[in-house]
Amino acid sequence: MKILTGNDLKDGRVTWWDGQNWSIHIEDAVDVGEEAAAILAREEAARRVNSSYAIDAEPDPSGHGVRPAHIKDRIRALGPTVRPDLTLKPADPEARNWVI
Amino acid sequence: MYRYDQYDQTMVDTRVAEFRDQTRRRIEGHLTEDQFKPLRLQNGLYLQLHAYMLRVAVPYGTLNSAQMHMLATIADKYDRGYGHFTTRQNIQYNWIKLEDAPDILADLATVEMHAIQTSGNCIRNISSDHYAGAAADEVTDPRPYAELLRQWSSFHPEFLALPRKFKIAVIASETDRAAMKLHDIGIRIVKNESGELGAAFYVGGGMGRTPMIAPLVREFVPLDQLITYSEACLRVYNRYGRRDNKYKARIKILVHELGLDEYRRQVEDEFAQLQGQDIEPPLAELERIGEYFRDPPFTVGLPEEIDRSDPDFALWVDRNTHAHKQPGYVAVTISLKPVGGIPGDATAAQIHLMADLAREYSFDECRVTHAQNIVLAHVEKQRLHELWSKLDEAGLGTANLDLIGDIIACPGLDYCSLANARSIPVAQKISQRFAENGKDGVLGELKLKISGCINACGHHHAGHIGILGVDKKGTENYQLLLGGCEGDDTSLGKITGPGFDEDGIVNAVETATDVYLRERADGERFLDTYRRIGMEPFKEALYG
Repeated sequence: MKILTGNDLKDGRVTWWDGQNWSIHIEDAVDVGEEAAAILAREEAARRVNSSYAIDAEPDPSGHGVRPAHIKDRIRALGPTVRPDLTLKPADPEARNWVI
Repeated sequence: MYRYDQYDQTMVDTRVAEFRDQTRRRIEGHLTEDQFKPLRLQNGLYLQLHAYMLRVAVPYGTLNSAQMHMLATIADKYDRGYGHFTTRQNIQYNWIKLEDAPDILADLATVEMHAIQTSGNCIRNISSDHYAGAAADEVTDPRPYAELLRQWSSFHPEFLALPRKFKIAVIASETDRAAMKLHDIGIRIVKNESGELGAAFYVGGGMGRTPMIAPLVREFVPLDQLITYSEACLRVYNRYGRRDNKYKARIKILVHELGLDEYRRQVEDEFAQLQGQDIEPPLAELERIGEYFRDPPFTVGLPEEIDRSDPDFALWVDRNTHAHKQPGYVAVTISLKPVGGIPGDATAAQIHLMADLAREYSFDECRVTHAQNIVLAHVEKQRLHELWSKLDEAGLGTANLDLIGDIIACPGLDYCSLANARSIPVAQKISQRFAENGKDGVLGELKLKISGCINACGHHHAGHIGILGVDKKGTENYQLLLGGCEGDDTSLGKITGPGFDEDGIVNAVETATDVYLRERADGERFLDTYRRIGMEPFKEALYG
């Protein structure tokens, strides 16, 4: 499973490709399958996202949606583990409570 | 401290305007990220794990209170209310918006600050002794020389595209408080038998993936040749340093591969040639700079006695103050390592407070230390209790300087895109463990340093106990090192053996300290015991 991520060009926030747009919520991320390279090229040119790339993802243990396979992108998705006050609160209140 | 002249200010203001235009062009799509990246990096703007990160230069770690207030204002106005003081005596902000970056640089310029050369393959911020100008053991104040080197290295056209980044430290005392021999160039200002000042040059030290201690290249360079000799050292490196392999591009590799004698010979040849070119700044310039570093107007005849009737205060005095050259004064270290806290982080409110206290108690000046603390260099002993009370009320009164809780830690995988493992949670757990079991004070001086990757921003090679976070098949793993030291008797730590998980490394640190408590002789620090008994007893306890 492949999902796309990058940083918003203007404000730097971590974003995830939701199929149409870039969302700051990981639970919006969609599996892009073999389309990763084509979408990345198109979106880089559109100047909405910076330094975007494809990552491996896996089903979230909670049963809802996907999560990045690597810890680095799991931390990117939520925020620093040492500052719970700065952690991104999920758009979906039913979303998982990851164990990093 | 140094104040900008019109040339300094014009250079910085011009750079701000230039970067504002570059940022606009990037946002409007006239520059690609590949084109823009080197431009933003030249202005200290990285793209990190969660957002853009801005690293602001603090030359030789010295700030006046107006500058400190501005750092707090930036944290509040543009970031999320805090900043992170670094092992290069700088400050970093973790949540910067690209569109705000030019305004931040403009705000910094109003207080004679910038972020130039805090990234890229150039000469970075010059670091120095955080007790400079206050320490009783220095032969002179090293900061005028650090400032001269800063001016020489800023926008130096020949050294803006070196094979790799380049770090210089300048000290002027026998006691090395700046990890001088772990820099690309370490300069110690010394006095010869005739009483003349000169500079001893140590070249080719560093940490990172190939740690090396800088060898002495020249014992005594007359100070009126300081810049010329520095130029010679850099020229040889710029000419022959490896550009084919990033991991072998630092000057330490060149010095090692050429051999000290050959590197020295080439530098001396270059030095001889340069002497005919008259590149040394006139003595009047050094004197002009020196005027900014004159002693503040110390009061004479102040009492030496300190009322120690409050035990918490007395403990803080014992641990967090340092002898001063002027009777009646001490240098105070404000710990940014509260129990369970994030090493080096300070809130905007705390930074504002430290700025106010610097103005009120330390002649309007403070310093950032490479150990991620803040120093008020000139405090009257008779006002210490008053100062401590204000610090303690703001959570800045922790009495743990150089104890196991005074941990150096890089931002690690919580913030840094290069990191393989988190550093901060490990630091927090160790700090809490040793505060709770009461061993932090019993252990005495024990410098613990944690890096989240091999780049060693957390100086793990130089920790009495060092911890290196690595990626082991997608999970965080921590190697334990023992025996490192950054001071006069610089040494590099050695790995004990297989690594540990996050809880395991905290237990391993406690196990190592238990070996020390069992084996130590009178007056020995952890490092002394390790050097006497060697690695084996520790390995035996750790791995059976």
